[in-house]
Amino acid sequence: MRDVYIVGIGQTKYGEHWEKSLRSLVVEAGLKAIEDANIYSRDIQAIFGGNMSAGSTIYQDNIGSLISDFSGLSYNNVPAMRIENGSASGGAAVHAGYISVASGLYDLVLVGGVEKLTDVSMEDQAEVVSGEVDQEWELFHGGTLAALQGLMARRYMHEYDAKREEIATLPVLSHEHGSENPYAHFRNKIKIEDVLNSTLVADPLTMLDMAPYSDGAAAIVLASEEKVREIKPEVKIKISGSAISSDFMLLQDRENILNLKSVRISTEKALKMAKLDINKIKVFEVHDSSSIMGLLILEEIGVFPRGKAGKYIMDGYGHHDSKVAINTSGGLKAKGHPMGATGIGQIVESVIQLRNKAEKRQVPNADKALAINIAGTGSVSVSHVLEVV
Amino acid sequence: MTIPRYWREFQHRYRLVGTKCPKCGRIYFPPREVCPQCHRESVGKMEKVEIKNSGKVYSYTVVYQDVPDFKFLKPYVFIIAEMDSGVKVTGQLVDIDPKEVKIGMPVKIAFRRIREEDEAGIIEYGYKFVPNE
Repeated sequence: MRDVYIVGIGQTKYGEHWEKSLRSLVVEAGLKAIEDANIYSRDIQAIFGGNMSAGSTIYQDNIGSLISDFSGLSYNNVPAMRIENGSASGGAAVHAGYISVASGLYDLVLVGGVEKLTDVSMEDQAEVVSGEVDQEWELFHGGTLAALQGLMARRYMHEYDAKREEIATLPVLSHEHGSENPYAHFRNKIKIEDVLNSTLVADPLTMLDMAPYSDGAAAIVLASEEKVREIKPEVKIKISGSAISSDFMLLQDRENILNLKSVRISTEKALKMAKLDINKIKVFEVHDSSSIMGLLILEEIGVFPRGKAGKYIMDGYGHHDSKVAINTSGGLKAKGHPMGATGIGQIVESVIQLRNKAEKRQVPNADKALAINIAGTGSVSVSHVLEVV
Repeated sequence: MTIPRYWREFQHRYRLVGTKCPKCGRIYFPPREVCPQCHRESVGKMEKVEIKNSGKVYSYTVVYQDVPDFKFLKPYVFIIAEMDSGVKVTGQLVDIDPKEVKIGMPVKIAFRRIREEDEAGIIEYGYKFVPNE
């Protein structure tokens, strides 16, 4: 296997883009990444596109060709594939791009992800977002993604005797970081009381526990050793670990619904590839599709002890200048959650941190980052370890 | 939902028919064609089994979202129950004040209307949970 580097990043602002279509969003992010890499689009040898829901939102499938064509590559007949793994589509597309370069088949690859949710009504958005849970045995009975996360939160409070306020700490942290990120969907700061007093969604979780439905796109350019030497980026960033894992589709089928086995396994594998211990990592982007999901991921990978993540965050852990920096982008909660773009956006933020360009939210001496992107209640998990080399 | 998509799950949704692996004895609901423990040794050998209809609440939530199919029920109680057969089953808990729901409380399966499509569409039935006194 060959080493794989990230030489370019690009993203749109996440949020409600009434004036922009799915294709214009992804092209904007892709072209920014190509420009950032200081290459030409004709240099791209393959494209992997992450997208979850275009087939059910705008009835557009075959997204790979769409991205390639409208990025100006129709005369180049570039191989272009869409990767769909629910909310983990973006991370999975990065993994696919990684494999394609590591294998030796391609030297320069564009990975772009996009979601366009505001082209359907709010009601339909809730159903689309729940497309990644089991339709026959969960959603049929009213088990939306939020409802399933409500079950996890309730069980968490029961099993660990955790207080409701502890769960609310992560959205507060995410919004604080989001307020410093110009690409974030929400840039307002919130307090624990705001989370507790917000509209109930799936008791005990409220609106402010849940990531929003966002439009947006993100893209990165991957390069082989040979290409990275030609491109000569100011900061050389390597993907030192890339792993994906799956788990039971139905939440009910897991022995303990609070254990995210897919997250543990994909992260262990990625860290093993990178020959790193978790405590060497300072920058974490974790998939807080809801407060509880984010906390469970942090506990599963051993950043915090089980049942205690909220307590640690309350004590100041997680801020960009603390011992572990969590979701400096604002996370899914504040930066936003355009599903197909989310996992790629996490990597864009990690690269910004490793390049020391995150300004007010910069993590001091950031040299290693871990990004975890999941689908549903953990039926898929993708982990990426990035390092300055 | 087309009629065949609904119709093919009748026995599972009406009578809680799952499957049992003859090799390890584990029970699965919804049914599986292959046992995730015994793999190919179970293929073609999985047996139909009816899940016992009693259990207790493993976790619960009260859903306030505008879910198009369940708007008229909002808010509804949604649970995972640990059944006496050893499997967990997911569904709504009805005939109870949401404030009364507790983890560990006994529940049983009842046959109920789940949702209906527009005027010309089908009415879909299946299981919901009710308190088990």
